[in-house]
Amino acid sequence: MTRELPGVDVVLVGFGWTGAIFAEKLTAAGLDVLALERGPWRDTAKDFATTFAQDELRYYWRHGMFQETSQSTLTFRNNSAQTALPMRHWGSFLPGNGVGGAGVHWNGQTYRFLPSDFVARSHNEERYGRLPEGMTVQDYGVTYEELEPHFDYFEKICGICGKAGNLGGSTVEGGNPFEGPRSDEYPNPPMQMTFSQDRFAAAARELGLSPFPVPSANMSRAYVNPLGLQLAPCTYCGFCEKYGCGNYSKSSPQTTIIPVLMQRENFSLRTETEVLSIETAADGSRASGVTYVDTSGETVFQPAEIVVMCAYPLENTRLMLLSGIGTPYDPRSGEGVVGKNYCYQVMSSATVFFEKEFTNGFVGAGALGMTIDDYNGDNFDHSGLGFIGGGYIACHTTNARPIESHPVPEGVPGWGSEWKRAMRENFLKTTTVGVHGASMAHRSNYLDLDPTYTDAHGRPLLRMTYDFTLNDRRLTDHITPIAEEIARGMGGREVKVNALNGSYDSTPYQTTHNTGGTIMGSSPADSVVNRYCQSWDLPNLFVAGAGLFPQNAGYNPTGTVGALAYWAAEAITEQYMRQPGPLVQA
Amino acid sequence: MADLTRRRIVQSMLFGGTALVLPSSLIAAEYGRGEGMPWSPFKGEPPYHGTHADSFFTPAEREAVAAICARLIPSDDDGPGATEADVVTFLDRQMAGFYGRGQHWYMRGPFAEGTATQGYQSRFPPAMLYRNALAELDAYCRTRHDAVFAGLTEELQDEVLTGLDEETITFESVSAKTFFGLILKNTIEGFFADPIYGGNRDMVAWRYIGFPGTRYDYRDFVGHDGAPIQLATVSLTGRPGWSAP
Amino acid sequence: MSSRPASRLALAIAAGLGALAAATGPAPAQELAHSQVERGRYLAIAGDCEACHTDFENGGAPFAGGRALSTPFGTIYSPNLTPDDETGLGRWTREEFHRALDEGRDDEGRHLYPAMPYPYYTLMSRQDTDAIFAYLRSLEPVPAETPENDLPFPLNSRRTVAGWKLLYFENETFYSVPDQSEEWNRGRFLVDGPLHCGGCHTGKNWLGADIDDEYLRGGLLENWFAPNIRGGENGGIAHWEVEDIVEFLGTGRGRHTVPMQRMGEVVAISTQNLREEDLRAVAVYLKSLDDAVREEHDAPEAARLETGAGLYFDNCAACHAADRSGVPYFFAPLDRSNKVLAEDPASAIRIILGGARTQPTEAAPSMLAMPPFAWKLSDAQIADLLTYLRGSGDRRAAPVSAAQVAEMREYLAQEH
Repeated sequence: MTRELPGVDVVLVGFGWTGAIFAEKLTAAGLDVLALERGPWRDTAKDFATTFAQDELRYYWRHGMFQETSQSTLTFRNNSAQTALPMRHWGSFLPGNGVGGAGVHWNGQTYRFLPSDFVARSHNEERYGRLPEGMTVQDYGVTYEELEPHFDYFEKICGICGKAGNLGGSTVEGGNPFEGPRSDEYPNPPMQMTFSQDRFAAAARELGLSPFPVPSANMSRAYVNPLGLQLAPCTYCGFCEKYGCGNYSKSSPQTTIIPVLMQRENFSLRTETEVLSIETAADGSRASGVTYVDTSGETVFQPAEIVVMCAYPLENTRLMLLSGIGTPYDPRSGEGVVGKNYCYQVMSSATVFFEKEFTNGFVGAGALGMTIDDYNGDNFDHSGLGFIGGGYIACHTTNARPIESHPVPEGVPGWGSEWKRAMRENFLKTTTVGVHGASMAHRSNYLDLDPTYTDAHGRPLLRMTYDFTLNDRRLTDHITPIAEEIARGMGGREVKVNALNGSYDSTPYQTTHNTGGTIMGSSPADSVVNRYCQSWDLPNLFVAGAGLFPQNAGYNPTGTVGALAYWAAEAITEQYMRQPGPLVQA
Repeated sequence: MADLTRRRIVQSMLFGGTALVLPSSLIAAEYGRGEGMPWSPFKGEPPYHGTHADSFFTPAEREAVAAICARLIPSDDDGPGATEADVVTFLDRQMAGFYGRGQHWYMRGPFAEGTATQGYQSRFPPAMLYRNALAELDAYCRTRHDAVFAGLTEELQDEVLTGLDEETITFESVSAKTFFGLILKNTIEGFFADPIYGGNRDMVAWRYIGFPGTRYDYRDFVGHDGAPIQLATVSLTGRPGWSAP
Repeated sequence: MSSRPASRLALAIAAGLGALAAATGPAPAQELAHSQVERGRYLAIAGDCEACHTDFENGGAPFAGGRALSTPFGTIYSPNLTPDDETGLGRWTREEFHRALDEGRDDEGRHLYPAMPYPYYTLMSRQDTDAIFAYLRSLEPVPAETPENDLPFPLNSRRTVAGWKLLYFENETFYSVPDQSEEWNRGRFLVDGPLHCGGCHTGKNWLGADIDDEYLRGGLLENWFAPNIRGGENGGIAHWEVEDIVEFLGTGRGRHTVPMQRMGEVVAISTQNLREEDLRAVAVYLKSLDDAVREEHDAPEAARLETGAGLYFDNCAACHAADRSGVPYFFAPLDRSNKVLAEDPASAIRIILGGARTQPTEAAPSMLAMPPFAWKLSDAQIADLLTYLRGSGDRRAAPVSAAQVAEMREYLAQEH
């Protein structure tokens, strides 16, 4: 008999970025909010202190920052003809774990999707004609204009450092000329760029492109956010992404929201608790709460008036499938919605090797970079190219952590004396021009439950079926040469192109930008939640995270994830609380 | 209300960092309820790096591993290699610990070979993979070359290692290619990890490539403009300059 | 008790006036008048009563007592101030309460241990104590038995306090110094009265009484060194402006440093809730206190400076900056820090070993924490680091030895 606990107004499943955002907004509105986090409590001085955070082996290679695959993982295959096998340890992406989630170990690159990204289907079909069969690209159901105030607020909560390129419709020098109109400048000026960024920007300008500083959640100066929380200046330590920040200079739930939450009597958090399923009331009309297990092994039922899923796209999708909420996606028929439109990111790069100059990669930060948007979204004419979307091309200096980053030129063997020498000669003299390409949805890429493998509690693992699509390959084949061209203009001795070849490989790290599975949209026939991130099936169930994206754009997701979370939280406090029920008529 | 808030603020600062236990005797650690951020002095998670007593390899295995590492990252005119860095000690400790056991990995069956894009699928966690592979490696070398791997000439050793990587040499119990990929990866880890883990002795590898180590503030150097930066290399437990000679 | 620059004649006059005030009869009949209670609540905040009289560690109710206060002489438990008849002040009279704060005696006439800072509270007037009493009477009565004190013989007998009081206690009434401003006098009243700053910040003799010459020049309590807070020439906070002091006390943040540990507690419960003009008065008064020229210390040995500088750059610069200028309001500048340069390095050693963090306040809710270095640095290394920090600026403090660090490390090992 599962023990039943006293009910709360809101249960949040997972406590990373979106969990913290919902918690802050809903407790401010007077609701009693309980957050459930599978991992442990984590905070700066105890867990990412400047005395030991700089430990490459422990945090990256031994996964000290990430979800433990022994606790939960997923299975993977490239296509439906294969048998999915478990991701026994992480490679291509690194899901977070513990309080703060991946918001602790992220880079901090914080973009807004373009206005056209939110209407990818209608915009591209209007301009270029019908999309190919099998491309299940869809409109979000919400527009950039509607999200603009929430982008603005999230950027202020984080203290994003950047330069506006479009203020209220007017183009501003030094920023991104392609961006959607902003109501306000960034709260902090851009970071100080290094040698590699200077060379990149000069080379890009030579080609008539418009470089601008990467909008960064690594602070360019001391900052106090709207909640009164303090962020210190970044020290360019080079242990940013994949690590926790030891001196409060990277935006995270811990530095920007949680201390204020901890002062509120109507907020509580339970750690080391894993939600096993979301329960539905007997008449099927609403979610009744969640069932979870803690480290004692006891299973309890936690009733709630509202449930918000903040557990990351992969886990959110799995929980909905395990809980029997919504219709699972069937790739053969194309029917169903939960698990559909899984997308990722299309990455390629060109490494520049300098002869005399030192790029000193260890002087770096996760979002330190210059970038161009000329080839992102629909910022360029795609006529006759056979693909939609694009990506930014950027030169970041994030690290020179030797286990991770020791590039060698073309033709150098993988080990031995020649490799060792080449590695030493080039260690401090390389930089990379990278393409961060959009991932368009396709009917053959999806998430469902694995038929064979189970987790520690005996529940089926999530199964990921994913490979690059024709759109992906045409996109990367078109844009990678431009990255190469910029790279060749940077004054190096040689350039090595790292093109996207072959099938998607789950082993080398690429990005932790897993999107889709719980997509938002205008109709229950093709989306899991409506434009307010409210489940079409259970009106008191809301979903957060990049799982909402019907497809992934050519930008890092977190900025848009934050904006959508604030947008949905406002829908709850301003609409749902006044009149509980479906906010959109199906 | 203000009194209560003040009390909560004080409560959080006076008694330390551990969570409250609710009267309803939940086991889960619970935070919040106006108690503020937990903190107490001395709390932290300094690195766990095993003890010098941690050991997995048999003497024969250790010799074989040391010989392999010495070919992967050789000692030569250009500088020190895996031998000077004592990578074999790093590997020994790793195999004896959670990593060798595959404790943090998903190691449930069923096991199948998998495609090139599906990653590590061996039923053996790293330590047992090494054990099986090393046994087969030495057996192969004895059969073909009348000596164990460690007894071969450097040229022959390189040839054998290439054979593992290119799958011209295969093993029965484990994948030779998987073993080669793993030991190469682990050797690089041992070469470049912080010295507390047993390898990179005296930061020899970091000094060799010019990596300044576990520093955390480069604000004064952001404007380097392509010039080299001279800084003494430092590790998590310091460097010689921290103590008077 | 404190070195006041006034004449004995003025003292006598004031005592007479005080007596006159008492002779005019009891306070107005509206004992629980809202304004009286509010006035009392404010004074109780200034006096920081809640801090000692609440057992935070065990979730005790506010003012219900039971907090264990460790003194050099043993452990004393604070009594219950709620108006509970059996265990609190329910049956006390206003006169008895005044006598407690003014003379250090309880309702049965027994001496109070001066862990209760009545040597400071004695400056408060009868009107002040009546107001505080009214406030306490307005609280919910909470039955809470006060635990027995844990003091060794003969200190466990309150009669021994009589001797102490004979030597060290003066029952005084506050009086204004005529040629100083109203603001200055208000500041002095607060500092020497309810705020009882000297309770920590004045050096004590072996019997725990204030040493007049050490007034606000720093004091050791529970192995924390509360620094010199004289703001005049040569004082510990000579480089602070009035605004800096107001900000520090009012928001828990400041350009030069932030309150930590025990002072954080004071700011959270007491000073952040006081009116700004009162904080200004305190600041104006502190700024008027000059100090003697500090003993000139020799520069430390070059070898120690070198290792110390290296240790500093490798370990501390990420927050405190390579040139020790820190990030004001976040990470304290260290070059003129009165914690780093204090004669007694206890606080500095302790913070390096165990870590520390900013006090979250209403105005500044962040908890910025410095991690512990105990596992990472040896005694000799911490000693060299502190010697470097203390020996590198224009104001120098004495070097620190490895033995001092070892001693603190051992003390803390027993505490935790």
